[in-house]
Amino acid sequence: MTDTAVPYLTAKHGIVGLDEWELVVGLEVHCELATNTKMFCSCANHFGDEPNTNICPVCLGLPGSLPVVNAEAVEFAIRIGRALNCDVHSSVFARKNYFYPDMPKDYQVSQYDQPISADGWLDLADGSRVGITRAHMEEDTGKNTHAGAGGRIHGADYSLIDYNRAGVPLVEIVSEPDIRSPEQARIYVAELRTILLAIEASDAKMEEGSMRVDANVSMRRLGEDVFGTRCEVKNLNSIRSLGRAIEYEARRQVDLITSGERIVQQTRHWDEEAGRTRDGRSKEEAEDYRYFQEPDLMPIEPGQAWIDRVDAAMPKLPAARRQAMAAVAGVEPTRTAVVVAVDRQLDELGIAAIAAGGDPSRVLTHIEHNLAVEGAGALSPIHVAELTQMEVKGELTATQAKTVLAEMLTTGIAPAAIAAAKGFETMDTGALEAMVDEVIAGHPAEWADFVAIVAAGDDKKAKKLTGFFTGKIMQTSKGQADGKAVNALLAAKLNAGG
Amino acid sequence: MSAIELARSIRAGERSAREVVDGYLATIAEREPSIHAFNVVTAEQARVAADAVDARVAAGDDPGPLAGVPIALKDNLCTQGIPTTCSSKILEGWRPPYDATVVTKLAAAGAVSVGKTNLDEFAMGSSTENSAFGPTRNPHDLERVPGGSSGGSAAAVAAGFAPLSLGSDTGGSIRQPASLCGVVGVKPTYGLVSRYGLVAFASSLDQIGPFATNVADAALLLEVIAGHDPLDSTSIPGPVPSYSQVLSDGVDGLRVGIITELMGEGIAPDVRRRVEEAAEHLAQNGATVGEASVPAAMFGLSAYYLIAPAEASSNLARYDGVRYGLRVDGATTAEMMENTRTEGFGIEVKRRIMLGTYALSAGYYEAFYGKAQKVRTLIVRDFAAAYEKFDVLLSPTAPTTAFRFGEKAEDPLSMYLSDVCTIPTNLAGQPAMSVPFGVGDDGMPVGVQVLAPALGEVPMFRAAAVLEAGAPS
Repeated sequence: MTDTAVPYLTAKHGIVGLDEWELVVGLEVHCELATNTKMFCSCANHFGDEPNTNICPVCLGLPGSLPVVNAEAVEFAIRIGRALNCDVHSSVFARKNYFYPDMPKDYQVSQYDQPISADGWLDLADGSRVGITRAHMEEDTGKNTHAGAGGRIHGADYSLIDYNRAGVPLVEIVSEPDIRSPEQARIYVAELRTILLAIEASDAKMEEGSMRVDANVSMRRLGEDVFGTRCEVKNLNSIRSLGRAIEYEARRQVDLITSGERIVQQTRHWDEEAGRTRDGRSKEEAEDYRYFQEPDLMPIEPGQAWIDRVDAAMPKLPAARRQAMAAVAGVEPTRTAVVVAVDRQLDELGIAAIAAGGDPSRVLTHIEHNLAVEGAGALSPIHVAELTQMEVKGELTATQAKTVLAEMLTTGIAPAAIAAAKGFETMDTGALEAMVDEVIAGHPAEWADFVAIVAAGDDKKAKKLTGFFTGKIMQTSKGQADGKAVNALLAAKLNAGG
Repeated sequence: MSAIELARSIRAGERSAREVVDGYLATIAEREPSIHAFNVVTAEQARVAADAVDARVAAGDDPGPLAGVPIALKDNLCTQGIPTTCSSKILEGWRPPYDATVVTKLAAAGAVSVGKTNLDEFAMGSSTENSAFGPTRNPHDLERVPGGSSGGSAAAVAAGFAPLSLGSDTGGSIRQPASLCGVVGVKPTYGLVSRYGLVAFASSLDQIGPFATNVADAALLLEVIAGHDPLDSTSIPGPVPSYSQVLSDGVDGLRVGIITELMGEGIAPDVRRRVEEAAEHLAQNGATVGEASVPAAMFGLSAYYLIAPAEASSNLARYDGVRYGLRVDGATTAEMMENTRTEGFGIEVKRRIMLGTYALSAGYYEAFYGKAQKVRTLIVRDFAAAYEKFDVLLSPTAPTTAFRFGEKAEDPLSMYLSDVCTIPTNLAGQPAMSVPFGVGDDGMPVGVQVLAPALGEVPMFRAAAVLEAGAPS
């Protein structure tokens, strides 16, 4: 839930103080597939079990063991490819060779020059489009825990390895370097996460590591067409750290360039506590992965029928849902309320409520501000429509509507019945005016101040006193007064008094 | 006595499996010290297995086609709870928690494993001199090598330690030692026998196959171990034909081609003569014999020594001291891995890991590995052309008879040339077998190689059976 709670800022929003520069970001997102079993064996794919309980000769890479491809993993990989508008074609596995203790075979079975999906795109909530270079299948590694030395490998007393994760199926989604701001990177990841959940391919939890993001960051002066040298930032554990890390890295690189130094292409690690990136591998350890086709596996040829079946079963994805919601409400799909509606899975409710005669603007307002709660999707769209109709007719104030809505959520009762039970009726103007006069009479000193301040044109103090009087009147009316009407009456009285 | 006759008599209750295995174990106890065919003799487990076979016979059950037949297993086949070393120090102390598919199939067929046989470390070699536990000697002449890498399995059958054994063949590692030890050795079509549980050397070339004293036993053993295995993605689906049933079909009308490229320079004249005699014998039995050309076969050796080491460099990466086998400590993880591998691997294994690592390196991939794969495609194409005209092909199995210890050990290139006749079939994924056909000028056995197209085991065995019948004594 915290992962999606990002501000929906525009992609054009750059970095303060770096107006002369253009940020260029490409993201590599690893997501663990929500299969029952691992990529190449029948061990359970389950997070959080006792270490080294979901293991067998295959995922331990024991001598003589051989991999067999999990068809469910291929299904999910195809879903991801199609959801990202990629071409899905026949593909081969390749070995990526490097030594690391958490990797049982000291090579990772991945895909290299023939990935299962390539050449797609992702349309974001801010209206921008990010190209998808490829989305390929591979196996996850085990997990190291270093004892002592603050959990770092250097200086650790000993290290423990849990191979439960070794062989868990992954899809790595590589974007084009189309991202131009930290905010755009964040909404890209949020969008991707929503899609992965919608197609049930991954549970996409950054905090559990089932979704991991690496950012390739480079900077160039505005107007330049060649890319700068990039650095790959790893260890990003949340969407928030992604944004922070990109901004830090952007500033670091600009500082280096402007002080006449060169950017060295390297892997850097985000240090969340220190709020900075750190040098990762040194140059002499630069890896040559010696990719070659995995001889233990046959090429994967999904065939058009399988792809067609995936397409037919594809749920409506966020971009299309935003379009539909926006069209019904008569607003732009980039409107925050529309984005929030889709993000909270309340777009269907919104569309149905509007179709049932609800006021589009009020429906969207409720979704954006009053329905960030569990179970909101279960509301009757007809009741929501009725609620907004009552507001339009002046039968409920905005405050009363909010109270009624809260009650609708817990009881499922129609809004008219709730309003009646609570005695909500909009006060007639005469009664309200009498109440306003009563409050003014009860606070003569404050009123005199108010009149003087308004006359002097001190907006700040005027606002404060408006709040004071509105509050008192609302209190007296027990919330039944319409805020707008109160403001109008106060303004009229001020004019008369002044 | 043949494995077939042994199994028949044990199933018929004419003799007990226990009595048979005890007989073989006695032979092992007598001659093994001078031959060193085994890394481990599992006498106790063998007796238990034999007793179980006898119990089944007594109960009226059928223990299977290999009931009570002793068999020796190359020590790169995983055996649950029994050390599997690949004749390498690096696997010191490792006992696999699982059986290779072929081991499971053998047990189900009633076979009784008597031990794990010596090999060139990780199957890399042609003389079994590269074993970390010392060489195996050729039972025909203890001063000579048995060939390799499955030298222990070939010697075990030749010495009468078991009527059957299993080896693995990546570039000739079954056929060449079979030839040098005077036994039958079969490299099946790639994918016919499951590789699950075979410790990988070069995955796209490795294939498990039988050794036997005669063609019929080899055919039966292949029938037992062949067939689709869902645990091996490269295993071929579909039923396995009976090879035993075609052995009496003869070669009348069979088209046999002698590979001219493998009959020239580098092949000893006495070996060449035996191949020519073999062809004549087939012709006398009704085959039509002609000259076949597989031009790209000449580049097989070069392509092989790029592809096999490349795959090996990756397959052998896992021996890093982290999870099993030898660990030599170091100040850092990387240092520990380096120390372990430095101490655990022998010189030939290191040489091939370096060759393979280089061949796959950025900037060299296309010139080496990429080009070798193209040669492989050419070899497949040339074989396909030859098999349009011929049903089977004929060549020497090895360029010479068994050589003496140390003769080639210091010269890797001349050692590599031992496999010049056998390598092309591995690159093409096709079957081939070595059939003993007389002796050379030195009195040592000569093997003739019968090659066939993919899944052409049936014509291959037909020709082999006729050759066997006509082999000079």
